[in-house]
Amino acid sequence: MNDLFAKRSYGDRAFSRATACAAALVLLILALIAITITRRSVPVFQEMGLRFFTTSRWSPPDGIFGALPFIFGTAFTAVIAVVLAVPISLGVALFLTQVAPPRLAKPLVYLIDLLAGVPSVVFGLWGVLVLSQHFHLGRSFLTAGVILAIMIIPIITSLSREVIDTTPPGDKEGALAMGATRWEMISAAVLPHSKGGLVGAVMLGLGRAMGETIAAALVIGSALGQITLNPFAPGNSMPAVIANEWGEAQELHKSALIALAVTLFAITIIVNLIATAIVQHSTKRSRGT
Amino acid sequence: MIKTSHLAGAFAVLALTSSGAAYAAAGVTLNGSGSTLSKPYQEVAIEQFKKSHGDVTINYGGGGSGKGRQDLADMVVDFAGSDSPFKEAEAAKAKGGPLLYFPILLSPIAVTYNVGVDKLQLSAPTIAKIFQRDIKKWNDPAIAADNPGAKLPDTDIVVAHRAEGSGTTQNFTEYLSTAAKDVWKLKSGSTVEWPSDTQAGQGSAGVAQIVKSTKGAIAYVDLSDAKASGLKYATIKNRAGKFIEPTAEAASAAGEGIEVKDNLTFSAIDAKGEKAYPITAQTWVIVYARQTDKAKADALKAYLTFLVKDGQSLLPGIDYAPLPKTLQDKAIKQVEKVKVAAHADLTR
Repeated sequence: MNDLFAKRSYGDRAFSRATACAAALVLLILALIAITITRRSVPVFQEMGLRFFTTSRWSPPDGIFGALPFIFGTAFTAVIAVVLAVPISLGVALFLTQVAPPRLAKPLVYLIDLLAGVPSVVFGLWGVLVLSQHFHLGRSFLTAGVILAIMIIPIITSLSREVIDTTPPGDKEGALAMGATRWEMISAAVLPHSKGGLVGAVMLGLGRAMGETIAAALVIGSALGQITLNPFAPGNSMPAVIANEWGEAQELHKSALIALAVTLFAITIIVNLIATAIVQHSTKRSRGT
Repeated sequence: MIKTSHLAGAFAVLALTSSGAAYAAAGVTLNGSGSTLSKPYQEVAIEQFKKSHGDVTINYGGGGSGKGRQDLADMVVDFAGSDSPFKEAEAAKAKGGPLLYFPILLSPIAVTYNVGVDKLQLSAPTIAKIFQRDIKKWNDPAIAADNPGAKLPDTDIVVAHRAEGSGTTQNFTEYLSTAAKDVWKLKSGSTVEWPSDTQAGQGSAGVAQIVKSTKGAIAYVDLSDAKASGLKYATIKNRAGKFIEPTAEAASAAGEGIEVKDNLTFSAIDAKGEKAYPITAQTWVIVYARQTDKAKADALKAYLTFLVKDGQSLLPGIDYAPLPKTLQDKAIKQVEKVKVAAHADLTR
């Protein structure tokens, strides 16, 4: 009896240690990435200082590196993507969970999850061939935003659907029993319950849109120094610049590209922290504490 | 100069035995990366070379000149393809010691356009003004002055350039900084600060696509890609004042009028000579002078010899220009400088 127990607790300990190691390894890798890229970005900060974030010129031959237009471009395209993707994703998620009969919903769910797995370069090439050339959208912030929206719709839909699915049946049945229509039931029971999770889903979509490289590089237009709210203008985003210029970059130019990566890294972490905070805040509220 | 692959093989073996190295490269693999400009040549050369050297496998990865130089400096490849030499600070960081440069080809960079004129003549200052957007209409007086008597349309000019850092951009902007230095303000580099009302395409093919599909477009494209896309290209005014069409012969002519340094580096940009095409780029294969593996060194020498000697006849067929004779002789001779050294000798 004792023997068996000792054996089990040994196995348990080994298991918990192994998982703790795995968790620690992830943190370690993250920390190492942060340290290495930060260290290699030092030369450009020595040269440019904080002007790196405020200058809108990017001229490798002059040794002037200002990230502002690319930070702007990253934010602008990601916002376009989220604005386009959120209504569609929420609509699809609500349709799948609340409206569609199961025999229709099941294959649709499968299809949408499949879409989330399509490599981004496929979306990018489709964007070049169909959006910019066939529909004459050209290469612009808007073209990039549309492609990014298409890429994040499956992610936001998938997560939203799962969150919405966790609404307690009692809440929904209660609302219906009190004579609520289907929409009243959704707005009174489903959405308040799911709010936190939905914000989280949108933020994850936003993060993906900001970090997307190849699809953006192919359709954004690669214009340097462009800061404009005109969505039809060609622009650039941080990951696209890194992908485009890394191969031929030397010394300070390379360091500037790494500094872009650091900036992107930091912004992504901030977005995720905000998302977590919002999610926690709203779950607290829905529990009424 | 056309030789059969048998002869090519015989020559390579001859070159090796004469330099005292017995050919014993059983199952050797050579890896290279870098210049995309020279990739088509590498591909046909590797195919031909294999016919006489079945036991040598050569891979050429492309990726851009900068990547090739970095890979060679880090010793992850056996040779690099590059359209420009190492900078001195860069070369000092190369882990394998002194470097050898082998010029392998010259390539005209064409100025392609899409506007309703059959013939277009351009001088360097006009090209500079067009690409930095000082001139925005095709019937601008500066373009008209280069084209006396031509009927130029009142179309807007659309400038297209490479989105990614590129050796072609480097050579094109170097040309403008040299031949139009009073006008050109964007300096030279693999990426320059193009005005934001210009268009960018991925790779030579991407830029060619923009020119093809956009009325009023103008762009610099490697001749081979310009021809493959069926684009029209301008004749360019050279130092002798003649308007020259980009052809393999005109690029070779540019190669005649250049000053070559002792390490075989040079710039074919804005070369002297009546028939020289002024926007001519060059590309090198770069290797370490000291090799550690004998079999690898032998295979490398055989391949280098093939690239600068028998392989040259393949170039006009893919719209590149062979090396001029004097330069070719120097390159062939330099193959002997690739030496095998023991590990201990490698410490500098």
